[in-house]
Amino acid sequence: MNIPAELKYVDTHEWVRMEGDIAVVGITDFAQDQLGDVTFVELPAVGDMVEENKEMGSVESVKAASDLFSPVSGEVIEVNPMLENQPEILNSAPYTDGWMIKVKISAQPSILISADEYKNVISA
Amino acid sequence: MKTVFAKSKPGRKGVMPAVPKTSAAKMLPETLLRKKRPALPEMSELDVIRHFTGLSKLNYGVDGNFYPLGSCTMKYNPRMNESAAALPGFTAAHPLLAQLPEGEALVQGSLEAIWETERLLCELNGMSAFTMQPMAGAQGELTGALLIAAYHKAKGNKKTKVIVPDAAHGTNPATAALAGYEVVNIKSKDGIVDPEALEAVLDDDVAALMMTCPNTLGLFERHLPKLVEKLRSVDALLYYDGANLNAIMGRMRVGDVGFDVVHLNLHKTMSTPHGGGGPGSGPVGVSERLVPFLPGPRVIKKADGKFGLEYNLPQSIGQVTPFYGHFGVYIKALAYMLRLGGKGLGKASDYAVLNANYIRKRLEGHIDIPYPQICMHEFVASAVTTEAQGVKALDIAKALLDKGYHAPTIYFPLIVKECLMFEPTETESKETLDLFCDDLIAILKEAEKNPDALHAAPVNLPVRRLDETKAAREMVLKDDV
Amino acid sequence: MPFVPHSDEETREMLSTVGVKSLDDLFEYIPKDMRPKQFALPEGMTELGTLQRLQGMAGANSTVEMSFLGAGFYDHFIPAAVDAMVSRGEFLTAYTPYQPEAAQGTLQAIFEYQTAICNLMEMDVANASVYDGGSAIFESCMMAVRATRRERIVIDAAVNPLYRRMLHTLTDNLKLDIVEINCDAGLPVKEQIIAAIDDSTAAVVLQNPTFFGNVCDYNDVFAAAKAKGALSILSVNPVLQAVLKTPREMGADIAVADGQSIGQPLNFGGPYLGVMACTKELVRQIPGRIVGRTTDLEGKTGYVLTLQAREQHIRRAKATSNICSNQALCALRALIHLCLLGPDGLAAAAERGMELARYAAEKLSGLPQVTMLNAAPFGNEFALRLPGNAAQTVSKLLGKGILPGALPGKWYPGMDSILLVACTEKNSEEQIDALAAALGDALGGKI
Repeated sequence: MNIPAELKYVDTHEWVRMEGDIAVVGITDFAQDQLGDVTFVELPAVGDMVEENKEMGSVESVKAASDLFSPVSGEVIEVNPMLENQPEILNSAPYTDGWMIKVKISAQPSILISADEYKNVISA
Repeated sequence: MKTVFAKSKPGRKGVMPAVPKTSAAKMLPETLLRKKRPALPEMSELDVIRHFTGLSKLNYGVDGNFYPLGSCTMKYNPRMNESAAALPGFTAAHPLLAQLPEGEALVQGSLEAIWETERLLCELNGMSAFTMQPMAGAQGELTGALLIAAYHKAKGNKKTKVIVPDAAHGTNPATAALAGYEVVNIKSKDGIVDPEALEAVLDDDVAALMMTCPNTLGLFERHLPKLVEKLRSVDALLYYDGANLNAIMGRMRVGDVGFDVVHLNLHKTMSTPHGGGGPGSGPVGVSERLVPFLPGPRVIKKADGKFGLEYNLPQSIGQVTPFYGHFGVYIKALAYMLRLGGKGLGKASDYAVLNANYIRKRLEGHIDIPYPQICMHEFVASAVTTEAQGVKALDIAKALLDKGYHAPTIYFPLIVKECLMFEPTETESKETLDLFCDDLIAILKEAEKNPDALHAAPVNLPVRRLDETKAAREMVLKDDV
Repeated sequence: MPFVPHSDEETREMLSTVGVKSLDDLFEYIPKDMRPKQFALPEGMTELGTLQRLQGMAGANSTVEMSFLGAGFYDHFIPAAVDAMVSRGEFLTAYTPYQPEAAQGTLQAIFEYQTAICNLMEMDVANASVYDGGSAIFESCMMAVRATRRERIVIDAAVNPLYRRMLHTLTDNLKLDIVEINCDAGLPVKEQIIAAIDDSTAAVVLQNPTFFGNVCDYNDVFAAAKAKGALSILSVNPVLQAVLKTPREMGADIAVADGQSIGQPLNFGGPYLGVMACTKELVRQIPGRIVGRTTDLEGKTGYVLTLQAREQHIRRAKATSNICSNQALCALRALIHLCLLGPDGLAAAAERGMELARYAAEKLSGLPQVTMLNAAPFGNEFALRLPGNAAQTVSKLLGKGILPGALPGKWYPGMDSILLVACTEKNSEEQIDALAAALGDALGGKI
């Protein structure tokens, strides 16, 4: 399972890459593997406010559906336009092309964990 | 096979129901009319008969195939039921006839049929009253949840939560949510509801516990009396999902053991056909304290022996169906209950349980059976050992299809890995069960020697495995010819 | 009797395989104090005896040969081929098509049904049906509530009162604000409906033809709803839809109907089917089963249940609905009915009902003191104002073997003198002449 060391994680299987006060958010390799072939992604819109540990959307595969939880609080400033028509990139490139949203954070994140800690979460 | 739209030929006629002299354009202003005729198929009557006869041959059904689909009670659907439901006196009756002044006299037979069906269901289940209104099991559940809400409202109880065990049917939590409740899940212990787990989440906010018995693992809920006692302590009600009634007729009545609300699936236990997914019928039975809240109008038998409709129901939740539910479905259940009688219904359950145990025993040692004790009318097996060789429950299911059997229910309940759930029903003979077990055991042996053969299954059906991911991504949901 | 094939010998063998002595032993898990307190069900009967008993009940219903009763549920002609096809065991005794390779017949039929409904309504997506027209309205309102995240529903009182009652009952424990707009002489008051649509409105619900039979165009109301961000739900009559302006042409987002009048006998109230179709924007909000076309691993076309992640068996408490069945066999009846009639046959059924309704309206409103409730255009049904109580008139005519129509006064205060008269292709000019004569006699005090 690919768990890049440079990223931060939450135990609901989202990852975060901080770029200044901008958080780039996606789902982990483990999450996409558990879901199977992703068929649909529902994300917040640009301008929406998301809140740490609160629902922000959902991911569907043929036989499963999973809610997405925001790892940070703030305003959505960009949404990955590719996911609407090519949800399969979540399976092929969850950490790169498959990023979901960019959030201008309004508070310091408080629930993020390291790659090592996340490794423990998924092996539990 | 080509669709009816691909087969359509412009100008071809099937059945003309009438020959009007006036066109719509002469009767209504143009602004109220559609611009062009709807693109419906244009076929001859024989085209239609050929097409649908052809389609029917692509299906498995109980009439042609053993169908041990767990939780679905695919028993034989007696043809007598169909004759009963097709009686013109029943099919031609307009539902509003009964609601016209003196109209009740015109539909005494239909009203009697409803009254009689309710009466038989009450006695069979030990409930005080039944409503035939709910149109299927899930609507019965919603009706039950609304009755529970009405009960608490009338008592001034502030209730916000409904407890659902992890083995429950998916409709249970969906229903509770639809009825405005917060859903609280509890974990099972040894496959059944754990009184301690219930205790841990039980408080004054709990409106009800929804459960089924035997549960979806085919196990009897031994702790029922304890659960009832705990629920009563906070004035919470106990809801029975009747999906598994076929296990207990004559052996237990849910009303006697403390259930307050029960919905039944007549298309399961009472032998009405499933029709490829419906229509069902989901009558709801209640204990005495919930009777005032039942939907109306209610069918009554008057002092003079005549049947009528009662509208004066001040505490009723209202109406969940426009009239009296799926009359044309439950008339079949009535025929079945009258034919079998009390003894016959009891015998049906006895043999449903015998058949399930017989298969369970014959499969022992060939597939993992996580709960090896005596089961009720169904049991679960787990394909964990074959999965190690790359053969999943899905592959076994598809291999069974190739041998002419419908597959068991797979991947439900969610709490058993690689789950296969078998429910043979009482109407299958010993030789059918023996052949089935022989074939399944052969498949399990094949899984060890030649797993790839199972990955390829089915090969004998009209289509091979279908690409469900493509279907979900491309969403071709209608024929654009 | 219980269709149990086991001989005594086989029962013994099977019990011995299971390792128990008797059937009773299989139930030892049920404690003694949980056994039935009583079980006083009747003795079983033979097949002949059972059928005779039920024939007795069916025979206790009286057939009214001359009926003009509709009110949303119509006695249309159903071709013989419909019954012949749906009684095939492969359709009748199959389960929900969860194993698609063994259910292509059911799946393709549903796909064709979805297409027929989309074409009838000019909508993008139809589901495989819900229980009935009322549950279709309820589910549509829930769709709108989810899609808009709003909780106010504006519904016109000319929507079938039984469906409105269902909507109130089914949403009673939810925090919805359902606003009903009264009609005027049976007609929707568009200005008031538009005024009631505000920024918190999830949907506006209208019916065409209305409960009183009037044919309307709701373009303006639906445009107003759109401007406020609310969805438009239109309930229609599927037979008349062969000729009437479509939900799409009016700008509706969701079209619903009771499919009773396409191939379903009246059956004292059911089973019918709830028809639901919507625009593609709402595809993930529509509840119930949906069939999609795909290919198998050899590239051959096939059909599967799709978008199942919306449904209760996956989403559980977060599903779009708790609905689990559809009216598959009723949808199959509707599809076969539509295939047999085709576009021209369906239009003929609509036009024949409409022309008879016009003949009846002219005859009946020509009787002394009888007037039309309103002067607006109508389809195959219209409302008359009688002098005095309409219920008494219905009673008198029933005594003559004529059922002149429905009584809206049951649901609409102040409408005790109104009679709602419906015609289908099963009626005739001769019947209407007889109705007019009998009504004239009744009102003139002759019967």
